[in-house]
Amino acid sequence: MIEMKDVYKTYPNGVIALNGISVRIKQGEFVYVVGPSGAGKSTFIKMMYREEKPTSGSIMVNGVNLAKMKDSRVPLLRRHIGVVFQDFKLLPKLTVYENVAFALEVIEESPKVIKKKVMEVLDLVGLKHKARFYPNELSGGEQQRVSIARSIVNSPKIVIADEPTGNLDPENSWGIMELFETINDRGTTIVMATHNREIVNTIKKRVIAIEGGKIVRDEVRGEYGYEN
Amino acid sequence: MRINTLRRHMRESVKSLGRNGWMTFASISAVTVTLLLVGVFLVIMMNMNHFANKIESDVEIRVYIDVTANEKEKQALKAQIEAVPGVKDVQYSSKEQELQNLIKSFGEEGASFRLFEQDNPLSDVYVVKAAKPEDTGKIAKKIETFKFAHKVKYGQGQVEKLFKTLRVARNVGIGLIVGLLFTAMFLISNTIKITIFARRREIEIMRLVGATNGFIRWPFFLEGLWLGVVGAIVPIALISFVYYNLYTFLKPKVTVPFLQLLPVDPFMWQISAILLVLGACIGVWGSMMSVRKFLKV
Repeated sequence: MIEMKDVYKTYPNGVIALNGISVRIKQGEFVYVVGPSGAGKSTFIKMMYREEKPTSGSIMVNGVNLAKMKDSRVPLLRRHIGVVFQDFKLLPKLTVYENVAFALEVIEESPKVIKKKVMEVLDLVGLKHKARFYPNELSGGEQQRVSIARSIVNSPKIVIADEPTGNLDPENSWGIMELFETINDRGTTIVMATHNREIVNTIKKRVIAIEGGKIVRDEVRGEYGYEN
Repeated sequence: MRINTLRRHMRESVKSLGRNGWMTFASISAVTVTLLLVGVFLVIMMNMNHFANKIESDVEIRVYIDVTANEKEKQALKAQIEAVPGVKDVQYSSKEQELQNLIKSFGEEGASFRLFEQDNPLSDVYVVKAAKPEDTGKIAKKIETFKFAHKVKYGQGQVEKLFKTLRVARNVGIGLIVGLLFTAMFLISNTIKITIFARRREIEIMRLVGATNGFIRWPFFLEGLWLGVVGAIVPIALISFVYYNLYTFLKPKVTVPFLQLLPVDPFMWQISAILLVLGACIGVWGSMMSVRKFLKV
Protein backbone atom coordinates (compact mmCIF):
# COMPACT_ATOMS: atom_id res chain seq x y z
CA MET A 1 0.00 0.00 0.00
CA ILE A 2 1.13 3.51 -0.83
CA GLU A 3 -0.13 6.53 1.05
CA MET A 4 1.05 10.11 0.53
CA LYS A 5 0.06 12.95 2.84
CA ASP A 6 0.65 16.60 1.99
CA VAL A 7 3.74 15.90 -0.02
CA TYR A 8 5.67 18.95 -1.23
CA LYS A 9 8.81 18.89 -3.28
CA THR A 10 10.96 21.89 -4.16
CA TYR A 11 14.17 21.18 -6.06
CA PRO A 12 17.36 23.03 -5.07
CA ASN A 13 17.05 25.20 -8.20
CA GLY A 14 13.71 26.53 -6.92
CA VAL A 15 11.39 24.51 -9.14
CA ILE A 16 8.28 23.39 -7.27
CA ALA A 17 7.53 19.89 -8.56
CA LEU A 18 4.90 18.73 -6.09
CA ASN A 19 2.59 21.18 -4.40
CA GLY A 20 0.63 19.32 -1.73
CA ILE A 21 -0.19 15.80 -2.84
CA SER A 22 -2.29 13.39 -0.80
CA VAL A 23 -3.24 10.04 -2.26
CA ARG A 24 -3.90 6.44 -1.27
CA ILE A 25 -3.18 3.45 -3.47
CA LYS A 26 -4.36 0.12 -2.14
CA GLN A 27 -2.53 -3.19 -2.52
CA GLY A 28 -3.38 -4.82 -5.86
CA GLU A 29 -4.59 -1.63 -7.57
CA PHE A 30 -3.68 -0.64 -11.13
CA VAL A 31 -3.17 3.12 -11.42
CA TYR A 32 -2.38 5.35 -14.41
CA VAL A 33 -0.65 8.63 -13.69
CA VAL A 34 -1.35 11.14 -16.46
CA GLY A 35 -0.69 14.81 -17.05
CA PRO A 36 1.23 17.19 -19.29
CA SER A 37 5.03 17.09 -19.41
CA GLY A 38 6.66 18.89 -16.50
CA ALA A 39 3.54 18.62 -14.34
CA GLY A 40 5.32 16.60 -11.66
CA LYS A 41 4.47 13.07 -12.83
CA SER A 42 8.04 11.87 -12.77
CA THR A 43 8.74 13.37 -9.37
CA PHE A 44 5.54 11.79 -8.05
CA ILE A 45 6.69 8.41 -9.27
CA LYS A 46 10.27 8.85 -8.07
CA MET A 47 8.97 9.55 -4.56
CA MET A 48 7.60 6.01 -4.36
CA TYR A 49 10.92 4.25 -4.72
CA ARG A 50 12.76 7.05 -2.96
CA GLU A 51 14.79 8.29 -5.84
CA GLU A 52 13.69 11.69 -4.51
CA LYS A 53 12.94 12.74 -0.95
CA PRO A 54 9.97 15.01 -0.22
CA THR A 55 10.67 18.50 1.11
CA SER A 56 7.77 17.96 3.52
CA GLY A 57 4.95 15.50 4.05
CA SER A 58 4.96 11.76 4.52
CA ILE A 59 5.03 8.81 2.13
CA MET A 60 4.13 5.42 3.53
CA VAL A 61 5.10 2.42 1.41
CA ASN A 62 4.48 -1.03 2.87
CA GLY A 63 4.16 0.58 6.30
CA VAL A 64 7.45 2.53 6.20
CA ASN A 65 7.70 6.30 5.99
CA LEU A 66 10.07 7.04 3.12
CA ALA A 67 10.43 10.68 4.16
CA LYS A 68 12.20 9.58 7.32
CA MET A 69 13.97 6.54 5.93
CA LYS A 70 17.74 6.39 6.34
CA ASP A 71 19.78 6.24 3.14
CA SER A 72 21.23 2.91 4.23
CA ARG A 73 17.73 1.35 4.25
CA VAL A 74 16.89 2.38 0.69
CA PRO A 75 18.39 -0.77 -0.94
CA LEU A 76 16.10 -2.94 1.20
CA LEU A 77 13.08 -0.92 0.11
CA ARG A 78 14.03 -1.29 -3.54
CA ARG A 79 14.03 -5.06 -3.22
CA HIS A 80 10.28 -4.87 -2.67
CA ILE A 81 9.60 -2.47 -5.52
CA GLY A 82 10.09 -3.20 -9.20
CA VAL A 83 10.88 -0.28 -11.49
CA VAL A 84 10.44 -0.18 -15.28
CA PHE A 85 11.59 2.67 -17.53
CA GLN A 86 10.91 3.97 -20.99
CA ASP A 87 14.50 3.24 -22.07
CA PHE A 88 14.56 -0.30 -20.57
CA LYS A 89 17.90 0.23 -18.78
CA LEU A 90 19.35 -3.12 -19.79
CA LEU A 91 23.08 -3.84 -19.73
CA PRO A 92 24.16 -4.32 -23.37
CA LYS A 93 27.03 -6.68 -22.60
CA LEU A 94 24.87 -9.15 -20.68
CA THR A 95 22.50 -11.69 -22.16
CA VAL A 96 18.76 -11.67 -21.43
CA TYR A 97 19.27 -14.29 -18.76
CA GLU A 98 22.18 -12.39 -17.18
CA ASN A 99 20.29 -9.12 -17.21
CA VAL A 100 17.46 -10.62 -15.20
CA ALA A 101 19.80 -12.62 -12.95
CA PHE A 102 21.70 -9.38 -12.22
CA ALA A 103 18.85 -8.21 -9.97
CA LEU A 104 19.24 -11.33 -7.87
CA GLU A 105 23.03 -11.43 -7.93
CA VAL A 106 23.35 -8.01 -6.38
CA ILE A 107 21.18 -9.10 -3.46
CA GLU A 108 23.38 -12.18 -3.12
CA GLU A 109 20.82 -14.84 -3.90
CA SER A 110 22.21 -18.37 -4.33
CA PRO A 111 22.88 -19.57 -7.91
CA LYS A 112 20.29 -22.31 -7.60
CA VAL A 113 17.51 -19.94 -6.59
CA ILE A 114 18.63 -17.44 -9.24
CA LYS A 115 18.35 -20.01 -12.01
CA LYS A 116 14.91 -21.14 -10.92
CA LYS A 117 13.45 -17.67 -10.49
CA VAL A 118 14.94 -16.25 -13.68
CA MET A 119 13.59 -19.08 -15.82
CA GLU A 120 10.18 -18.66 -14.20
CA VAL A 121 9.88 -14.98 -15.01
CA LEU A 122 11.32 -15.40 -18.51
CA ASP A 123 8.60 -17.95 -19.07
CA LEU A 124 6.02 -15.51 -17.77
CA VAL A 125 7.12 -12.74 -20.16
CA GLY A 126 7.38 -15.25 -23.01
CA LEU A 127 11.13 -14.98 -23.63
CA LYS A 128 12.41 -18.27 -22.31
CA HIS A 129 13.61 -19.25 -25.79
CA LYS A 130 15.65 -16.04 -26.08
CA ALA A 131 17.50 -16.32 -22.77
CA ARG A 132 20.90 -16.40 -24.48
CA PHE A 133 20.25 -13.42 -26.74
CA TYR A 134 21.78 -10.01 -26.20
CA PRO A 135 19.53 -6.94 -25.86
CA ASN A 136 20.54 -5.54 -29.28
CA GLU A 137 19.33 -8.77 -30.90
CA LEU A 138 15.80 -8.17 -29.58
CA SER A 139 12.96 -5.89 -30.64
CA GLY A 140 11.97 -2.95 -28.44
CA GLY A 141 8.97 -4.83 -27.11
CA GLU A 142 11.09 -7.81 -26.22
CA GLN A 143 13.65 -5.61 -24.49
CA GLN A 144 10.90 -4.05 -22.41
CA ARG A 145 9.70 -7.55 -21.49
CA VAL A 146 13.20 -8.35 -20.25
CA SER A 147 13.23 -5.22 -18.13
CA ILE A 148 9.80 -6.13 -16.73
CA ALA A 149 11.07 -9.62 -16.00
CA ARG A 150 13.97 -8.07 -14.09
CA SER A 151 11.62 -5.81 -12.14
CA ILE A 152 9.40 -8.68 -10.95
CA VAL A 153 12.01 -11.38 -10.41
CA ASN A 154 12.21 -10.43 -6.73
CA SER A 155 8.41 -10.88 -6.43
CA PRO A 156 7.87 -7.24 -5.39
CA LYS A 157 4.53 -6.05 -4.02
CA ILE A 158 4.65 -2.93 -6.16
CA VAL A 159 5.77 -2.32 -9.74
CA ILE A 160 6.36 1.28 -10.79
CA ALA A 161 6.57 2.03 -14.49
CA ASP A 162 7.60 5.38 -15.97
CA GLU A 163 6.17 5.52 -19.51
CA PRO A 164 6.94 1.88 -20.27
CA THR A 165 5.37 2.09 -23.74
CA GLY A 166 6.92 5.43 -24.64
CA ASN A 167 9.47 3.91 -27.03
CA LEU A 168 7.28 1.16 -28.49
CA ASP A 169 5.01 0.84 -31.50
CA PRO A 170 1.28 0.27 -30.79
CA GLU A 171 1.43 -3.50 -31.31
CA ASN A 172 4.25 -3.98 -28.82
CA SER A 173 2.58 -1.56 -26.43
CA TRP A 174 -0.52 -3.72 -26.23
CA GLY A 175 1.62 -6.75 -25.54
CA ILE A 176 3.36 -4.97 -22.71
CA MET A 177 0.00 -3.87 -21.26
CA GLU A 178 -1.24 -7.43 -21.32
CA LEU A 179 1.83 -8.42 -19.38
CA PHE A 180 1.19 -5.70 -16.79
CA GLU A 181 -2.38 -6.92 -16.41
CA THR A 182 -1.14 -10.46 -15.83
CA ILE A 183 1.25 -9.20 -13.14
CA ASN A 184 -1.55 -7.13 -11.62
CA ASP A 185 -3.83 -10.17 -11.56
CA ARG A 186 -1.30 -11.91 -9.33
CA GLY A 187 -1.90 -9.21 -6.70
CA THR A 188 0.94 -6.81 -7.50
CA THR A 189 0.20 -3.09 -7.29
CA ILE A 190 1.00 -1.27 -10.51
CA VAL A 191 1.61 2.46 -10.79
CA MET A 192 2.22 3.57 -14.36
CA ALA A 193 2.93 7.03 -15.69
CA THR A 194 1.87 7.27 -19.31
CA HIS A 195 1.15 9.55 -22.24
CA ASN A 196 -0.67 6.82 -24.19
CA ARG A 197 -4.23 8.01 -24.58
CA GLU A 198 -5.50 4.94 -26.37
CA ILE A 199 -4.26 2.55 -23.70
CA VAL A 200 -5.76 4.54 -20.83
CA ASN A 201 -9.11 4.85 -22.61
CA THR A 202 -9.24 1.19 -23.62
CA ILE A 203 -7.89 -0.71 -20.62
CA LYS A 204 -9.91 1.17 -18.03
CA LYS A 205 -8.24 1.60 -14.66
CA ARG A 206 -7.96 4.24 -11.97
CA VAL A 207 -6.54 7.48 -13.38
CA ILE A 208 -4.69 10.10 -11.35
CA ALA A 209 -4.10 13.34 -13.26
CA ILE A 210 -1.36 15.67 -12.07
CA GLU A 211 -1.03 19.29 -13.16
CA GLY A 212 1.20 21.95 -11.62
CA GLY A 213 2.29 19.60 -8.88
CA LYS A 214 -1.26 18.89 -7.72
CA ILE A 215 -3.74 16.08 -8.25
CA VAL A 216 -6.49 17.62 -10.35
CA ARG A 217 -8.47 14.46 -11.01
CA ASP A 218 -8.66 11.00 -9.46
CA GLU A 219 -11.22 8.65 -10.99
CA VAL A 220 -11.86 4.94 -10.79
CA ARG A 221 -12.06 3.65 -14.38
CA GLY A 222 -11.16 7.12 -15.67
CA GLU A 223 -10.35 8.61 -19.06
CA TYR A 224 -7.03 9.99 -20.33
CA GLY A 225 -8.64 13.41 -20.70
CA TYR A 226 -5.96 15.25 -22.74
CA GLU A 227 -5.72 15.91 -26.42
CA ASN A 228 -2.48 14.75 -27.96
CA MET B 1 29.75 -12.50 2.05
CA ARG B 2 29.14 -15.44 -0.19
CA ILE B 3 32.00 -16.99 -2.16
CA ASN B 4 30.06 -16.43 -5.36
CA THR B 5 29.73 -12.76 -4.62
CA LEU B 6 33.44 -12.43 -3.90
CA ARG B 7 34.23 -14.22 -7.12
CA ARG B 8 31.92 -11.89 -8.96
CA HIS B 9 33.61 -8.82 -7.48
CA MET B 10 37.03 -10.21 -8.41
CA ARG B 11 35.94 -10.86 -11.97
CA GLU B 12 34.38 -7.41 -12.31
CA SER B 13 37.42 -5.62 -10.93
CA VAL B 14 39.84 -7.43 -13.24
CA LYS B 15 37.57 -6.90 -16.24
CA SER B 16 37.45 -3.22 -15.49
CA LEU B 17 41.26 -3.00 -15.39
CA GLY B 18 41.36 -4.42 -18.90
CA ARG B 19 38.58 -2.19 -20.17
CA ASN B 20 40.38 0.99 -19.08
CA GLY B 21 43.73 -0.22 -20.37
CA TRP B 22 45.55 3.07 -20.72
CA MET B 23 44.37 4.60 -17.50
CA THR B 24 45.24 1.38 -15.73
CA PHE B 25 48.70 1.57 -17.25
CA ALA B 26 49.06 5.22 -16.21
CA SER B 27 48.06 4.58 -12.61
CA ILE B 28 50.24 1.53 -12.27
CA SER B 29 53.15 3.53 -13.70
CA ALA B 30 52.48 6.31 -11.22
CA VAL B 31 52.50 3.85 -8.34
CA THR B 32 55.64 2.23 -9.74
CA VAL B 33 57.55 5.50 -10.04
CA THR B 34 56.39 6.65 -6.63
CA LEU B 35 57.24 3.45 -4.87
CA LEU B 36 60.57 3.23 -6.66
CA LEU B 37 61.54 6.66 -5.34
CA VAL B 38 60.07 5.93 -1.93
CA GLY B 39 61.95 2.63 -1.87
CA VAL B 40 65.27 4.20 -2.82
CA PHE B 41 64.81 6.89 -0.18
CA LEU B 42 63.92 4.28 2.39
CA VAL B 43 66.98 2.20 1.58
CA ILE B 44 69.28 5.24 1.78
CA MET B 45 67.66 6.61 4.91
CA MET B 46 67.61 3.35 6.77
CA ASN B 47 71.25 2.72 5.93
CA MET B 48 72.17 6.24 7.00
CA ASN B 49 70.35 5.65 10.23
CA HIS B 50 72.25 2.44 10.61
CA PHE B 51 75.58 4.22 10.09
CA ALA B 52 74.53 6.97 12.43
CA ASN B 53 73.60 4.51 15.14
CA LYS B 54 76.93 2.80 14.76
CA ILE B 55 78.78 6.13 14.93
CA GLU B 56 76.62 7.30 17.78
CA SER B 57 77.46 4.27 19.85
CA ASP B 58 81.13 4.99 19.19
CA VAL B 59 80.91 8.52 20.55
CA GLU B 60 82.68 8.71 23.87
CA ILE B 61 83.83 11.36 26.27
CA ARG B 62 87.45 11.25 27.34
CA VAL B 63 88.07 12.81 30.71
CA TYR B 64 91.76 13.50 31.33
CA ILE B 65 92.48 13.22 35.02
CA ASP B 66 94.58 15.89 36.65
CA VAL B 67 98.07 14.51 37.34
CA THR B 68 97.99 15.83 40.89
CA ALA B 69 95.01 13.64 41.82
CA ASN B 70 95.75 10.78 44.20
CA GLU B 71 94.03 7.39 44.22
CA LYS B 72 91.23 8.52 46.55
CA GLU B 73 90.49 11.64 44.54
CA LYS B 74 90.38 9.59 41.33
CA GLN B 75 87.77 7.33 42.91
CA ALA B 76 85.78 10.37 44.03
CA LEU B 77 85.85 11.76 40.49
CA LYS B 78 84.62 8.45 39.10
CA ALA B 79 81.73 8.40 41.54
CA GLN B 80 80.93 11.98 40.62
CA ILE B 81 80.87 11.18 36.91
CA GLU B 82 78.72 8.13 37.42
CA ALA B 83 76.24 10.27 39.30
CA VAL B 84 75.69 12.55 36.28
CA PRO B 85 72.27 11.73 34.79
CA GLY B 86 72.48 9.99 31.42
CA VAL B 87 75.88 8.40 31.96
CA LYS B 88 75.85 4.74 30.98
CA ASP B 89 79.36 3.58 31.56
CA VAL B 90 82.70 4.82 32.96
CA GLN B 91 85.94 2.97 32.14
CA TYR B 92 89.33 3.74 33.63
CA SER B 93 92.32 3.72 31.34
CA SER B 94 95.74 4.29 32.91
CA LYS B 95 98.37 6.40 31.17
CA GLU B 96 100.38 3.25 30.43
CA GLN B 97 97.42 1.75 28.58
CA GLU B 98 96.88 5.03 26.74
CA LEU B 99 100.46 4.98 25.52
CA GLN B 100 100.16 1.38 24.36
CA ASN B 101 97.00 2.32 22.42
CA LEU B 102 98.78 5.24 20.86
CA ILE B 103 101.74 3.12 19.81
CA LYS B 104 99.44 0.52 18.34
CA SER B 105 97.36 3.05 16.42
CA PHE B 106 100.47 4.37 14.65
CA GLY B 107 101.52 0.92 13.53
CA GLU B 108 105.19 0.63 12.54
CA GLU B 109 106.01 4.24 13.21
CA GLY B 110 104.53 3.89 16.66
CA ALA B 111 107.81 2.36 17.81
CA SER B 112 109.30 5.84 18.17
CA PHE B 113 106.84 6.55 20.98
CA ARG B 114 108.42 3.75 22.99
CA LEU B 115 110.89 6.37 24.23
CA PHE B 116 108.14 7.80 26.36
CA GLU B 117 107.68 4.52 28.22
CA GLN B 118 110.29 5.74 30.70
CA ASP B 119 108.73 9.13 31.26
CA ASN B 120 105.07 9.02 30.21
CA PRO B 121 103.69 12.51 29.46
CA LEU B 122 100.09 11.28 29.07
CA SER B 123 97.33 11.44 31.66
CA ASP B 124 95.13 8.77 33.14
CA VAL B 125 91.75 8.83 31.46
CA TYR B 126 88.14 8.01 32.23
CA VAL B 127 86.25 6.94 29.11
CA VAL B 128 82.59 7.89 29.57
CA LYS B 129 79.69 6.68 27.46
CA ALA B 130 76.28 8.35 27.41
CA ALA B 131 73.08 6.29 27.46
CA LYS B 132 71.71 8.56 24.73
CA PRO B 133 74.37 9.76 22.29
CA GLU B 134 72.56 13.10 21.85
CA ASP B 135 73.26 13.89 25.50
CA THR B 136 77.02 13.62 25.01
CA GLY B 137 77.59 17.38 24.79
CA LYS B 138 75.56 18.14 27.89
CA ILE B 139 77.27 15.47 29.96
CA ALA B 140 80.72 16.62 28.83
CA LYS B 141 79.97 20.19 29.92
CA LYS B 142 78.89 18.98 33.32
CA ILE B 143 82.02 16.88 33.81
CA GLU B 144 84.23 19.85 32.87
CA THR B 145 83.14 21.58 36.05
CA PHE B 146 84.40 18.78 38.28
CA LYS B 147 87.65 19.12 40.21
CA PHE B 148 90.52 16.97 38.89
CA ALA B 149 88.86 16.73 35.47
CA HIS B 150 91.78 18.33 33.73
CA LYS B 151 90.40 18.22 30.18
CA VAL B 152 87.26 16.82 28.55
CA LYS B 153 87.21 15.75 24.90
CA TYR B 154 84.40 14.28 22.81
CA GLY B 155 84.86 15.60 19.27
CA GLN B 156 83.12 18.87 20.15
CA GLY B 157 81.01 20.30 17.34
CA GLN B 158 81.40 17.33 15.03
CA VAL B 159 78.94 15.14 16.88
CA GLU B 160 76.33 17.89 16.89
CA LYS B 161 76.91 18.54 13.21
CA LEU B 162 76.42 14.88 12.37
CA PHE B 163 73.13 14.70 14.24
CA LYS B 164 71.88 17.89 12.65
CA THR B 165 72.71 16.68 9.13
CA LEU B 166 70.93 13.42 9.76
CA ARG B 167 67.85 15.17 11.06
CA VAL B 168 67.64 17.49 8.05
CA ALA B 169 68.14 14.61 5.60
CA ARG B 170 65.43 12.63 7.31
CA ASN B 171 62.90 15.49 7.20
CA VAL B 172 63.57 16.30 3.57
CA GLY B 173 63.19 12.62 2.68
CA ILE B 174 59.91 12.28 4.55
CA GLY B 175 58.55 15.44 2.90
CA LEU B 176 59.39 14.15 -0.56
CA ILE B 177 57.88 10.75 0.12
CA VAL B 178 54.61 12.20 1.38
CA GLY B 179 54.34 14.42 -1.72
CA LEU B 180 54.93 11.49 -4.03
CA LEU B 181 52.41 9.31 -2.23
CA PHE B 182 49.74 11.95 -2.68
CA THR B 183 50.49 12.28 -6.39
CA ALA B 184 50.07 8.56 -6.91
CA MET B 185 46.88 8.54 -4.90
CA PHE B 186 45.28 11.25 -6.98
CA LEU B 187 46.22 9.46 -10.19
CA ILE B 188 44.61 6.27 -8.94
CA SER B 189 41.55 8.13 -7.77
CA ASN B 190 41.21 9.60 -11.26
CA THR B 191 41.51 6.20 -12.90
CA ILE B 192 38.79 4.80 -10.69
CA LYS B 193 36.65 7.83 -11.45
CA ILE B 194 36.86 6.99 -15.15
CA THR B 195 36.05 3.37 -14.34
CA ILE B 196 33.00 4.48 -12.43
CA PHE B 197 31.93 6.71 -15.27
CA ALA B 198 32.17 3.80 -17.69
CA ARG B 199 30.04 1.73 -15.38
CA ARG B 200 27.56 4.33 -14.19
CA ARG B 201 24.66 2.66 -15.99
CA GLU B 202 25.46 -0.60 -14.29
CA ILE B 203 25.66 1.18 -10.95
CA GLU B 204 22.36 2.94 -11.60
CA ILE B 205 20.68 -0.41 -12.24
CA MET B 206 22.36 -1.95 -9.21
CA ARG B 207 20.89 0.79 -7.06
CA LEU B 208 17.45 0.34 -8.63
CA VAL B 209 17.30 -3.36 -7.90
CA GLY B 210 18.45 -2.89 -4.32
CA ALA B 211 22.22 -3.45 -4.16
CA THR B 212 23.73 -1.99 -1.01
CA ASN B 213 26.47 0.63 -1.26
CA GLY B 214 28.88 -1.86 0.20
CA PHE B 215 28.16 -4.29 -2.61
CA ILE B 216 28.61 -1.60 -5.25
CA ARG B 217 31.86 -0.45 -3.67
CA TRP B 218 33.60 -3.84 -3.59
CA PRO B 219 34.76 -4.10 -7.23
CA PHE B 220 36.22 -0.58 -7.05
CA PHE B 221 37.93 -1.36 -3.78
CA LEU B 222 39.52 -4.42 -5.39
CA GLU B 223 40.43 -2.49 -8.52
CA GLY B 224 42.31 0.07 -6.43
CA LEU B 225 44.00 -2.72 -4.54
CA TRP B 226 45.20 -4.37 -7.77
CA LEU B 227 46.52 -1.07 -9.12
CA GLY B 228 48.54 -0.53 -5.96
CA VAL B 229 49.82 -4.06 -5.58
CA VAL B 230 50.76 -4.51 -9.23
CA GLY B 231 52.45 -1.11 -9.13
CA ALA B 232 54.59 -2.30 -6.21
CA ILE B 233 55.99 -5.34 -7.99
CA VAL B 234 58.52 -3.61 -10.26
CA PRO B 235 60.01 -1.38 -7.53
CA ILE B 236 60.33 -4.35 -5.18
CA ALA B 237 62.07 -6.48 -7.78
CA LEU B 238 64.34 -3.68 -8.99
CA ILE B 239 65.39 -2.45 -5.56
CA SER B 240 66.00 -5.98 -4.27
CA PHE B 241 68.10 -6.84 -7.31
CA VAL B 242 70.22 -3.69 -7.20
CA TYR B 243 70.64 -3.76 -3.44
CA TYR B 244 71.62 -7.42 -3.42
CA ASN B 245 74.33 -6.81 -6.01
CA LEU B 246 75.53 -3.63 -4.34
CA TYR B 247 75.72 -5.43 -1.02
CA THR B 248 77.68 -8.43 -2.32
CA PHE B 249 79.96 -6.09 -4.28
CA LEU B 250 80.72 -3.75 -1.37
CA LYS B 251 80.86 -6.21 1.49
CA PRO B 252 84.43 -7.46 0.93
CA LYS B 253 85.71 -3.95 0.08
CA VAL B 254 84.41 -1.94 3.01
CA THR B 255 86.35 -2.77 6.13
CA VAL B 256 85.31 0.12 8.34
CA PRO B 257 82.76 -1.49 10.63
CA PHE B 258 80.31 1.41 10.85
CA LEU B 259 80.08 1.83 7.06
CA GLN B 260 78.70 -1.67 6.46
CA LEU B 261 75.34 -1.80 4.63
CA LEU B 262 72.38 -3.44 6.32
CA PRO B 263 72.40 -7.17 5.51
CA VAL B 264 70.15 -8.19 2.61
CA ASP B 265 68.26 -10.89 4.41
CA PRO B 266 65.97 -9.16 6.82
CA PHE B 267 66.33 -5.72 5.24
CA MET B 268 65.05 -6.48 1.73
CA TRP B 269 62.07 -8.40 3.14
CA GLN B 270 61.23 -5.41 5.29
CA ILE B 271 61.52 -2.97 2.39
CA SER B 272 59.42 -5.23 0.14
CA ALA B 273 56.72 -5.54 2.78
CA ILE B 274 56.67 -1.78 3.33
CA LEU B 275 56.39 -1.08 -0.42
CA LEU B 276 53.66 -3.67 -0.90
CA VAL B 277 51.59 -2.31 1.97
CA LEU B 278 52.15 1.27 0.80
CA GLY B 279 51.06 0.32 -2.73
CA ALA B 280 47.93 -1.41 -1.45
CA CYS B 281 47.10 1.53 0.81
CA ILE B 282 47.41 4.25 -1.83
CA GLY B 283 45.46 2.08 -4.28
CA VAL B 284 42.59 1.47 -1.90
CA TRP B 285 42.58 4.99 -0.57
CA GLY B 286 42.56 6.50 -4.06
CA SER B 287 39.66 4.34 -5.17
CA MET B 288 37.63 4.90 -2.01
CA MET B 289 38.01 8.67 -2.41
CA SER B 290 36.37 8.68 -5.80
CA VAL B 291 33.70 6.10 -4.99
CA ARG B 292 32.62 7.98 -1.90
CA LYS B 293 31.83 11.09 -3.89
CA PHE B 294 29.90 9.05 -6.42
CA LEU B 295 27.75 7.11 -4.01
CA LYS B 296 26.57 10.18 -2.14
CA VAL B 297 22.96 10.77 -3.14
